[in-house]
Amino acid sequence: MNFELSEEQRLMAESVGRFLSDHYDFEQRKQIIGSDAGASTAVWKQLADMGVLSIPFSEEAGGFGGGAIDMMSAMQSIGQSLVVEPVLATVLAARLIDRAGSAAQKTEIVSAVIDGSRKLAFAHLEDSARYRVSHVALSATRTADGWVLNGLKRVVVGATLADLLVVSARTSGKAGDGEGISLFVVAPGAKGVSMTGYRTLDNQRGADVRFDGVKVGADAMVGTEGAALPVIDEAFDFATALLCSEAVGAMQFANDTTLEYLKTRKQFGAPIGSFQALQHRMVEMFVSTEQARSMSYLAASRVDTTTDPLERARIISAAKIKISDACRQVSQESIQLHGGMGMTEEMKVSHTFRRLTMIAQQFGDVDSHLARFAALGH
Amino acid sequence: MDLNYSPEELAFRDQVRGWLKANLPEDLRRKNADGGHLGKEDLLRWHKILAKQGWVAPAWPKEWGGPDWNATQRYIFEEECGLAGTPQIVAFGVVMCAQVLLKFGSEEQKQRHLPGIYNGDVFWVQGYSEPGSGSDLASLKTRADRKGDKYVVNGQKIWTSLGQYGDWIFCLVRTNFDTKIRQEGISFLLIDMKTPGITVRPLILMDGGHEVNEVFFENVEVPVENLVHEEGKGWTVAKYLLGHERLNTGRIGASKRELARLKAFAAKQLDADGRSMMDDPRFRDKLTRVEVELMALEITNLRFLDAMRGGRPPGADVSMLKIRGTEIQQALTELMMQAAGPMAVPFKAVGESLAGEFDALTGSLAARYANYRKTSIYAGSNEIQRNIIAKATLGL
Repeated sequence: MNFELSEEQRLMAESVGRFLSDHYDFEQRKQIIGSDAGASTAVWKQLADMGVLSIPFSEEAGGFGGGAIDMMSAMQSIGQSLVVEPVLATVLAARLIDRAGSAAQKTEIVSAVIDGSRKLAFAHLEDSARYRVSHVALSATRTADGWVLNGLKRVVVGATLADLLVVSARTSGKAGDGEGISLFVVAPGAKGVSMTGYRTLDNQRGADVRFDGVKVGADAMVGTEGAALPVIDEAFDFATALLCSEAVGAMQFANDTTLEYLKTRKQFGAPIGSFQALQHRMVEMFVSTEQARSMSYLAASRVDTTTDPLERARIISAAKIKISDACRQVSQESIQLHGGMGMTEEMKVSHTFRRLTMIAQQFGDVDSHLARFAALGH
Repeated sequence: MDLNYSPEELAFRDQVRGWLKANLPEDLRRKNADGGHLGKEDLLRWHKILAKQGWVAPAWPKEWGGPDWNATQRYIFEEECGLAGTPQIVAFGVVMCAQVLLKFGSEEQKQRHLPGIYNGDVFWVQGYSEPGSGSDLASLKTRADRKGDKYVVNGQKIWTSLGQYGDWIFCLVRTNFDTKIRQEGISFLLIDMKTPGITVRPLILMDGGHEVNEVFFENVEVPVENLVHEEGKGWTVAKYLLGHERLNTGRIGASKRELARLKAFAAKQLDADGRSMMDDPRFRDKLTRVEVELMALEITNLRFLDAMRGGRPPGADVSMLKIRGTEIQQALTELMMQAAGPMAVPFKAVGESLAGEFDALTGSLAARYANYRKTSIYAGSNEIQRNIIAKATLGL
């Protein structure tokens, strides 16, 4: 057991941290989120060049062959700078292909993710699924030379930026069944695919994606027919571990900037940080963040090394419970301690609030993870 | 970074686990598990078993009998003790007084006191708080006036845990009332409790237990060689000790055992429909949140130990272990009460026997819940801990 970063992990942390502090300050981010696309291709290329997009993928696909623990520092920096480029969305979708896809799919798609030439998005969520991963109704019907997809996916983060969609579809059974879910790669420009894009609360881009008689070839299927659920579960657990690290970076920023504000803002002739009522709230934010950080370490350290999927799910749910609770507390308190200024769009802390609010509900909110943790027994 | 145990660490864990299984007396384990009262005999019995094995003082240097374990091994040992349900080693001697002597004591003081601490021959207690000096410890007034080669001590200490068993007491006393900074008038004295002029009076807590005492000093003569470090430097010693004390208030291993006991207990508590409390979502969610907080605290604790490698002292933010650790301990006693529901009523004062149809565990819950309110008050209240983090860590 040790808490030290390896040489590679330390170098990655340094280079990503330096790049983002030089090229992704609040003003630069404002330009990016105000642009039509809502993301910067230059930033994407830089992230790829630094190797961020190669870390978690297999050597077979040209990746570094690392795990969540190797992504941790980069994700913290991404959280700190509130990066809106779809790193997590792309890594999540590419993970599915890297884990379940054919050699040809890995060579073609995952390598293109690694070199930064392709962004991906995972179209999975459907109406009334809430957080039940097996609730897939979008149908894939077999044809002579492939499949036809019909149905609607909701809130697909990064969909409007994606060069390729990974879509979960039902090849047998009904929504909620564990068996019968399959994965397909679909070009966003394919006939019958239509998107309604929108901004999400945290200024990322999402879309509802309709599949209306979309024809794909037999080679569009990723992995074994009907057996995608464990693959999806694993990818969500992995992405949740990354999200926990991102959350810690964002909370760290919220705490740092709030602390600075407490030391400089004066009322009643004294810095407001001299008042015990505020000091103790700040301490609670700090302690909760450290506790959340500990759970993010646990999640990143175990998500790749735990071979039992139930044990993996238990650890990830535990981490997400702590992270989501801390996200709510830190985001709400950071606004409260900033007073009226925290409400304004011109303060970065209000944007951190928005991101932390999203994170608290992404890949399962507290209640859904409390339920999953309990269902996994004791 | 890797939070998994290495094969060597796993082997060490198995060795400790095996030894504890073979050497923890069943009657002692049972008594502890049922929330029974552990007296001086019980505490020293376990202390001596560990001393014989060479494991009673994991943090001591090898030359004084420490087992030469690294931080992870010490952690594993403590965790296994918690899981096995051993009595807690009384910290005042082995952990607290010894830490002070090892850091600040003269060679003669070490030679004289460390072996007695190690072997459990001398029972040490702590004299810090006074009736007028609780959270504001530096306002203490117990005075030690130098007369030739002796100090004459007059005053009163309070909340002296296990003071009724004490052979020796380490005290913060005021040797100078005229310093500009009041901390600079405080000194650290070792006092033999058999010295004439010392009176110990019990304070009975609301669970009926006799844990704490008042200690009165009336013209108590203490040889000057019992001064630790320099006169007027007692606050430096006390601060050093507080950091180490807080590292031990997390009580992760004990809380993990308590959590396991709570789950087993709750699983057996059925409602009128035959549903167990573990399947009651309202109860279960509360329990899960405590479990997750404990998982997090375990890693946080390990991070502190990791940062202390090479003998670095813990930072002021170690106070968070005290805050969260005691919140968890209290939450567990509260959930035990909730799990028992209408059965969590009997009050059995320490030493009394239990009436009615209750098993030993159920019979002890209410008293334990009441008793554990102390944890967020003692060793620096949780509000004082927040002040420490605010000032020393956050710079507010």
